[in-house]
Amino acid sequence: MVPLTHYLALGAILFLIGAAGVLMRRNAIMILLSIELMLNSVNITFVGFARQWADLTGQVFAIFVIAVAACEAAVGLAILISLNRDRQMMNVDEINLLKW
Amino acid sequence: MELAFFYLFAAGIVGASLLMVTRANVIHAALLLVLAFLFMAGLFVLAGAEFLAGVQILIYAGGIMVLYLFSIMLMNVGVAVRLRQWHRQSVLALAAAVLLGAEVWAVLGRGGYPGAKAWGWGLGQTPGNVEALGEVLYTKFLFPFEVASILLLAAMIGAIVLAKREITR
Repeated sequence: MVPLTHYLALGAILFLIGAAGVLMRRNAIMILLSIELMLNSVNITFVGFARQWADLTGQVFAIFVIAVAACEAAVGLAILISLNRDRQMMNVDEINLLKW
Repeated sequence: MELAFFYLFAAGIVGASLLMVTRANVIHAALLLVLAFLFMAGLFVLAGAEFLAGVQILIYAGGIMVLYLFSIMLMNVGVAVRLRQWHRQSVLALAAAVLLGAEVWAVLGRGGYPGAKAWGWGLGQTPGNVEALGEVLYTKFLFPFEVASILLLAAMIGAIVLAKREITR
């Protein structure tokens, strides 16, 4: 059986890669993809804990995380499509419509 | 044997996601993320979450990532490849990520988790993983399940309203 710390370390590494992608990339789609990676790293942690303690709650919460990820993808992509159509903007440091 | 497969899947996931974060072309990045999700499905089978492995492939790789690819098709990404890819604050962000990693390492290194319990939903047993998961999802977690369905409905309506083209007469 795989030790719990292996799952936790893998989840942490993926979360760091995703967080670095969110903070460092300019392209808005890349930021959304990095957020998906971060959500999945949390899923790995949930599933690792479910395995360790033989409790299905972790797997149920992973399903909820997937549902929230689907919502986030739909709304985020809708915002990006309307921004791209109306203003031809794709990079997050150019989008400053709400800046005072 | 199980540990060897864990390392194989983990190496696949980390390699694909590192490549994904550094790609300039968004379509390449999305396809690499699909590869990482497929490796993750293997990891879930290893951890006794067979239903989640199926959901990972069907919903994530097959549904959400196809939505991403279709949306990328609607936008003009050919120009974006030639632009500067990294933010001006990149160095600062990398330092923050390394700091976060050090913190996580400090917490993980302490260890001290309670021991493993016997896994009761193995392959070929009744109740299996899917059956047990369905039972707990529709009894103990029925209310969060309904809330998730409302959230999906709200996100669907919001996406339609946001992406709708304004008709001016």
